[in-house]
Amino acid sequence: MVRYIGHTPEEEASLLAAIGAPDFESLLEQVPAGLRIEGPLDLPPAMSEVELRRFLGGLAARNYDPNRTVSFLGAGMYDHAVPAAVDHLALRPEFYTAYTPYQAEVAQGTLAVILEFQTMICELTGLDVANASMYEGASAAAEALLLAHGATGRGRILVAGGVSPRVRGVLDTLLSSVGLAIEELPSDDGRVDLSSLRRLLGNGEPAAAVLVQQPGFLGLLEPLGEIGSLCAAHGRGAHLVASADPLSLGLLAAPGRLGATTVVGDLQPLGIPPQFGGPSGGYFASRREHIRRMPGRIAAETVDSLGRRGYTLTLQTREQHIRREKATSNICTNSGLMALRACVYLSLLGPRGLHEAAAQCVQRSHYALAQLEQVAGVQRAHGGPFFREFAVRLPVPAEALVARIHEQAGILAGVPLSRFVAARDRDLLVAVTEKRSKAEIDALVAAVRQALA
Amino acid sequence: MSAVDHEASAGGSPAQASTASCQGSVDLIFDRSRPGHRGYLLPSLDVPAPDAEDLVPDTLLRKTPPGLPEVTEPEVVRHYVGLSTMNHHVDRDLYPLGSCTMKYNPKINEDIARLPGLGALHPDAPAALSQGMLELLWRCEQELARILGLVAVSLHPSAGAQGELLGMLLFRAYHRHHGNDGKRTILIPDSAHGTNPASVVMCGFTPRQMPSRGDGRVDLDRLAEAIGPDTAGVMITNPNTLGLFEKDFAAVAERVHAVDGLVYMDGANLNALMGIVRPGDMGVDAVHANLHKTFSTPHGGGGPGAGPVGVSQRLEPFLPVPLIERRGERFELVSDRPHTIGRLHPYYGNAGVIVRAYAYIRSLGPDGLAAVSRAAIVNANYLMKQVDPVFPVAKREACMHEFVSSLAWTREHGVKNIDVAKRLLDYGFHAPTVSFPLIVPDAFMIEPTETETRATLDRFAQALALIAREVREEPQVVQGAPHTTRVSRLDEAGAARHLKVRWTPPGSSDA
Repeated sequence: MVRYIGHTPEEEASLLAAIGAPDFESLLEQVPAGLRIEGPLDLPPAMSEVELRRFLGGLAARNYDPNRTVSFLGAGMYDHAVPAAVDHLALRPEFYTAYTPYQAEVAQGTLAVILEFQTMICELTGLDVANASMYEGASAAAEALLLAHGATGRGRILVAGGVSPRVRGVLDTLLSSVGLAIEELPSDDGRVDLSSLRRLLGNGEPAAAVLVQQPGFLGLLEPLGEIGSLCAAHGRGAHLVASADPLSLGLLAAPGRLGATTVVGDLQPLGIPPQFGGPSGGYFASRREHIRRMPGRIAAETVDSLGRRGYTLTLQTREQHIRREKATSNICTNSGLMALRACVYLSLLGPRGLHEAAAQCVQRSHYALAQLEQVAGVQRAHGGPFFREFAVRLPVPAEALVARIHEQAGILAGVPLSRFVAARDRDLLVAVTEKRSKAEIDALVAAVRQALA
Repeated sequence: MSAVDHEASAGGSPAQASTASCQGSVDLIFDRSRPGHRGYLLPSLDVPAPDAEDLVPDTLLRKTPPGLPEVTEPEVVRHYVGLSTMNHHVDRDLYPLGSCTMKYNPKINEDIARLPGLGALHPDAPAALSQGMLELLWRCEQELARILGLVAVSLHPSAGAQGELLGMLLFRAYHRHHGNDGKRTILIPDSAHGTNPASVVMCGFTPRQMPSRGDGRVDLDRLAEAIGPDTAGVMITNPNTLGLFEKDFAAVAERVHAVDGLVYMDGANLNALMGIVRPGDMGVDAVHANLHKTFSTPHGGGGPGAGPVGVSQRLEPFLPVPLIERRGERFELVSDRPHTIGRLHPYYGNAGVIVRAYAYIRSLGPDGLAAVSRAAIVNANYLMKQVDPVFPVAKREACMHEFVSSLAWTREHGVKNIDVAKRLLDYGFHAPTVSFPLIVPDAFMIEPTETETRATLDRFAQALALIAREVREEPQVVQGAPHTTRVSRLDEAGAARHLKVRWTPPGSSDA
């Protein structure tokens, strides 16, 4: 008997009798005989838990061992500290086996978490309203641009060169079908070229939005204050959309205070392990005037019939199950469990802990770069301030160097930029989080030195 | 939570006065915040470095810290454990939600997904160091393709709705490639879930609603009238949202293909079909599966899920990149596909969710998956038989894995279907899907899934019978429900009026 099924074949017979059906097949009269599968599905046979652990454990063992590997990989996902309590709370079945909180009276746990999450995102971004989370940061950015398109009626989008190529790829796919035209902003050594931005904002068709990533894909810090001012002065109402790393916002200025209309980003750095790229979660915050244009779910405070404070989903008339083809978006699920992890993480760290984590990312990455620059042949690829990540130019192809360093030292030295731009085959993107000790960083530097010798 | 099972099984009804009235408002973590408290210690800085404030331009630094709570670890744990006790969840009891397939989430899947060699992998590690994960994803695609009867599967969509969107993007690419510029309309039955027309619009197509027949099934004649040179395709849920198999599906597909249109199947109800039929055999060009429905991955209070899409040969060239290809003994990520629509997901989809679903598929095997659909259908028909005398079923024929009842008769007593739903909460159950599909008045859409025992189904049916009696004899009890949950009926209209969507510190100007 299959262990997750509620009745045995014998019990099935009595259920069929209660239904008044002579046999199971009689329940399938509505299915045309010609469509019925002949024979079983062509799949490997069932496994017990013991066999499953053995087989899938075997597949797991054919990957690198994250517990035995020091990682300097970044490029959109980061090896940040995950407090033990986050895992324990996220494993409570009351949270992870719960459904979407449509019946609010039996979902106050989920809804209170959403309200907390929305609050924390508002605090980090400096904006008034946030939603219950998105799938991940890239689609959140796409939705922010759709909001700008809807609010301004315009189709022209300006995207900074520092926006992750992956995010850009997703934007191209999601936005090409709805009449949006994406132009890349010229860069100056990896950052938005401000005079070009001013020129593009002020000339030609007015833009719906300008999208900037902070920090940029190469770890560089964009002049977000100046970009905000230029958008305000010359944007003719264009929305500044900032895609901001949420952990960095413990240290860096809230983009909402620098003139951003909408701020989005990926939640992975806030207590979510990399999981080979997903699930993470996205966040979405905007100004109050746009609340009815926001995609996804939103929770609000309310009272019950006894006047006690509770929470419920609200403004569901924006959503697909009610507005259908006129919905603000087609989104149905969000990333509830990941938003819970982010909430617990932010609650454990608090403002000082988040500041310290972000500060250490800056300090450790700056130390690492300074040490690497002392290795003969290694140079910094771009100048200026950076957060947690930087690109170095090597005297040899980066891909091969990374493989050699892993073999020799059990260290993953970074992400070769040739993955994104074929011509940059000697450039390596190195991420250094608060988890990387001095000893680990020094070991990286020594490994690079040795591999280049 | 209320201890109502004893009373319900004894034939009595749960207490009307709120047993939870001694509990107050639902507190937030901010209510526990105290200045200077912290819940986590980071390693001390051991590298020589200036302050971060000296490494970042002043204009980019925060001037004021974010208003995050300051709480110790024990206080954080107490708070979230306390919140968790306010949730219904499928590990506690039934969620008979139609089209949600709230089946049990196996614990072994959680363990597997947490193996460090799977759950902590960075997606940008060299492919040579991720062969086990790439193989797992590749095998999952292969096996889903066989379950669906299609040639290829994309694991990229993060959700069913995004799967639908992918389907529409593939349709668009196909039609462009074939010079079908005039094909802009997607036909959708009026019984469809709201994500269907929303996904169509997000892709630049125009949805065109087709009236269904009384049983919610597609009307072949109306379809024939609606099909024209502008028809890019059709989007059909099968079984449909009344839980009935679309008998004419293959004929629909034929007619749509005859005008070079494409067929999308909403696979939300796949739990009824495994081992019985395959979408690919019915003429489907693209179908999404919901891993958080049919394939047992947890709902997480609203996500994350995954909505992989299976495709026919026609659409295979347009699949999003990167794809995993097996070359000899090695698995490689390939992006060099000339007709691809591009990237849909920043990485390879929700790998963590996919791992859980794959563990489920391997746990069950072909016989187990077929047994799942079989038991889902038996359970739904059994429950339908118990519920029909109380709340009449919309269509009197055998259902697949779900059925729809109408609660219209309660209106005579001043009670609405939502009131009955709220009263079910007092009996310890989550309510079914309410007021959907739109074509049945005052609907309850009920899907028990295969997980549930006869005892649970009987308990649920009995609760409905007791509530029906209350509707007739004490309607005010139902109108004022729920009475024994953590909070009583919440004011949703007030919530939408005030839109207090964040906590504010007491005494602040926005409070």
